[in-house]
Amino acid sequence: MWHAILLGAVSPVPMLSNPLLWHRLQFAFTIVYHYLFPQLTMGLALLIVVMKGLALRPGGEAYGTAARFWVRIFGLNFAIGVVTGLPMEFQFGTNWARFSQLTGGVIGQTLALEGMFAFFLESSFLAMLVWGEKQLGPRKHFAAAVALFVGSWLSGVFITTTNAFMQHPVGYTRAADGVFSLANFWTYVLNPWALAQYAHNQMASLVTASFVVTAVGAYWLLRGVHLEQARLNVKIGTIAGLFASLAVAFPTGDVQAKLVATHQPAALAAMEGRFESGPRADIHLIGQPNVAKRRLDNPIAVPAVLSFLAFGSFNAEVKGLNDIPENDWPTSIELLYYAFHVMVGLGTLFIGLMALANLARWRGWLERHRWLLWSMMLAFPFPYIANTAGWMTAELGRQPWLVYGLLRTSDGASPTVHAGSTAFTLIGFTGLYFLLGVAFLFLIGREVQHGPHADEVPHA
Amino acid sequence: MPELTTVWFWIVAVMVTLWAVLDGFDFGVGVLHRFVGRSDTERRQVLAAIGPVWDGNEVWLIASGGAIFLAFPRLLAAAFSGFYLPVIFVAWALILRGISIELRSHMPGALWRSFFDTTFMLASLAVPVLVGAALGNVIRGVPLTADGFFELPLFARGNVLGVLDGYTLLCGVLVLVTLTAHGANWLVCKTDGVVRARALALRTPLWLAAVALWLATGAATSVVSPDVFAAARTAPMAWLGLLLVLGGALTVGLKRHGELAPFFGGVAFIAGALVTAVACLFPVVLRSSNGPALSLTVTNAASGAIAMQSGLMWWGPGMLLAASYLWWTLRHFRGKVVAAKDGEGY
Ligand code: HDD
Ligand code: HEM
Ligand code: HEM
Repeated sequence: MWHAILLGAVSPVPMLSNPLLWHRLQFAFTIVYHYLFPQLTMGLALLIVVMKGLALRPGGEAYGTAARFWVRIFGLNFAIGVVTGLPMEFQFGTNWARFSQLTGGVIGQTLALEGMFAFFLESSFLAMLVWGEKQLGPRKHFAAAVALFVGSWLSGVFITTTNAFMQHPVGYTRAADGVFSLANFWTYVLNPWALAQYAHNQMASLVTASFVVTAVGAYWLLRGVHLEQARLNVKIGTIAGLFASLAVAFPTGDVQAKLVATHQPAALAAMEGRFESGPRADIHLIGQPNVAKRRLDNPIAVPAVLSFLAFGSFNAEVKGLNDIPENDWPTSIELLYYAFHVMVGLGTLFIGLMALANLARWRGWLERHRWLLWSMMLAFPFPYIANTAGWMTAELGRQPWLVYGLLRTSDGASPTVHAGSTAFTLIGFTGLYFLLGVAFLFLIGREVQHGPHADEVPHA
Repeated sequence: MPELTTVWFWIVAVMVTLWAVLDGFDFGVGVLHRFVGRSDTERRQVLAAIGPVWDGNEVWLIASGGAIFLAFPRLLAAAFSGFYLPVIFVAWALILRGISIELRSHMPGALWRSFFDTTFMLASLAVPVLVGAALGNVIRGVPLTADGFFELPLFARGNVLGVLDGYTLLCGVLVLVTLTAHGANWLVCKTDGVVRARALALRTPLWLAAVALWLATGAATSVVSPDVFAAARTAPMAWLGLLLVLGGALTVGLKRHGELAPFFGGVAFIAGALVTAVACLFPVVLRSSNGPALSLTVTNAASGAIAMQSGLMWWGPGMLLAASYLWWTLRHFRGKVVAAKDGEGY
């Protein structure tokens, strides 16, 4: 046993006392939770701008009413996004101190930019958007909506650029003691990975928002209330939903996959559960990765498609995990495999559902087919799942690296924070966020019940 | 041309000061909330006085953190991990504060409102005390190792250092009382009627206490960290800071019935106290209790030259934008606030 410990194969402390595990769990939990809110914020901000823009035209009052309803939802959602974002910022220093110490000279740039250029903009105009319609008048209120849209999409730029450096480091130099320094600002911020990731991520956030808007419209239609507003929401939601679902798969998802194939071969192999290397690689629709036996159990495969998707040619060679040293394998191949398949599977279903909904709306038989309305109403949680799965693909695929190929996750945690402290704070976050979630769902449910005309009838 | 590291030291100092001054009155208002507002309408008036600005003010904290991350990553890494629990407590308190302000208006029940009023107060109490104690730790020194990290228990015991000891608690109380007084100033400016009258009555005793605590903290510093205290004699910026403190305290004292003058007097007091403290520390950013060689300074905690130069390229325009949003918000929000109709505001 000592032999194994000394060679580093077995951790000398039991698994659950290893602080790294708790840091990872806490970060994963808090970021997944945080991102449930911004994904709606960013997509909805765009849809609100569209609604308020249409409302400025003569006869556009109905759009104004719809925008007013969504601004109320937006305000609640934004509030939770803001308070859960702050601990994310802190955790770079509290939980990943070694990482911050080594890479702050590079990623500090975009994190500082985000505060200056995105968060000030968002926070200054939120109260104006939520409470200021009467005071500002239609044009200035529209401008406030645009400011929120720009601010929230800018936070997306800066945070994805930060993440892209971890996925595909560029624009840095590294000293002998391992410290990273910025070498070129523009190379760093114009990281090709960041551009692809941003485009894909923003389209995915538009998927979430349009599914939510569609679901509320479908709910009102099924109940037979607020029919005019319900139809309007379904119309905006399904048009945006079809566009975004298509854009998420092609070109943006396709570009992402090609980048992963080129720069993170171990991640691609694990995402597809591929152990053997070779040309004409299959894509697996179904199957369970059996890591111990190094194979995929019960696969249903389509030949050569992976080679084509990853490299644009059916004959391209795709590396398998067998040809990659085991200590460079992603640390949870099973989860990574399912995260990727859930994302892509759901993405395919979204295109189908939205295409059908648009067809039905266009042919005028949507409201006679209640099962379709039911599907549209019940579909709204799935984009949240797909977004989470997508980020898990990115983040688990990056393992075992914090900065791909350069800095291992195990070398990035805070050296002085032990498992007891982190377990304590993780429990605290879990409890607090659970209560936040309950309050949030309750309040959103009430707004949806009140309907789009809540401001015209007295509050209950 | 001053050193880049010195420039960034003062950039960070300016941004942290802006956070203290701007978000400071939000915390003060939170502490006073239950006392100056007794009915729901009065409390909604109190909330309306900070509702449109609190989040923007909090962003100064995030932006200061960003500036530290950019320029002095080793400081951020050491301080945040060394003060692990207090930093997470601050995060929890800030969550509670934001939620209390934002969700209260959506929950019409009297019990809910009372609940959020209390969480708002407790959260607003906790942050100044913890941040003040952290500042006290920076002045007193922490057990930094050669690796650039440290570990501190929450409470001091015997001769083992802790985040909270007599000195750092004194610093925490100083910050708490000062920001509460600052919050009273803000309420006097932004409200009228009975809320304003109550804030006005509390403000003078609060400022007296703040000045007394500031003097006491100064005396305690001369015992705990005599060399930091002595540095005040030779640092020109410390003189400027002391001048601001003095001018601020005098303005508050002489214009006891005014609105803007005592408010800006309070701003000068807070800014002056912070400038004095950091000027006495400079070039140290985190003092080591294991001998000065291990202290983090602007030089050994700094990131690279290119990071700092690139940051300077956008920092000016960024500050201009942030200032213009602040100006825009305050202009739309000028004058006295009244409680909005239920459901139409905070
Ligand atoms: C509604 C959500 C959603 C949907 C339907 C899809 N994605 Fe996605 N995907 C995301 C939401 C997302 C995401 C959450 O936005 C991620 C995480 C990081 C990122 O940039 O986007 C992501 C990451 C991500 C990655 C990982 C990049 C990396 O490792 O850094 C790849 C390869 C793809 N996507 C590819 C696809 C393909 C081929 C799809 C086909 C339909 C697809 N995604 C649908
Ligand atoms: C919002 C979407 C995101 C989600 C859902 C997400 C998810 C995750 C998950 C699941 C982990 C744990 C991985 C593991 O330890 O096995 C993780 C780790 C981490 N992520 Fe992300 N992430 C997101 C965005 C980001 C961004 C934008 C950044 C950087 C700016 C980032 C930085 C990190 C860091 C520093 C860790 C810890 C180290 C590590 O485990 O690699 N994440 N994330
Ligand atoms: C480690 C990663 C992250 C950190 C440190 C972080 C930090 C923050 C902070 C501090 C806030 C509050 C700003 C305020 O007070 O106004 C915030 C809100 C926000 N964040 Fe994050 N965030 C992270 C991940 C993400 C990701 C991956 C995205 C999207 C791509 C995102 C988008 C947003 C947006 C749009 C907001 C505005 C509030 C909201 O939408 O609810 N964040 N974030």
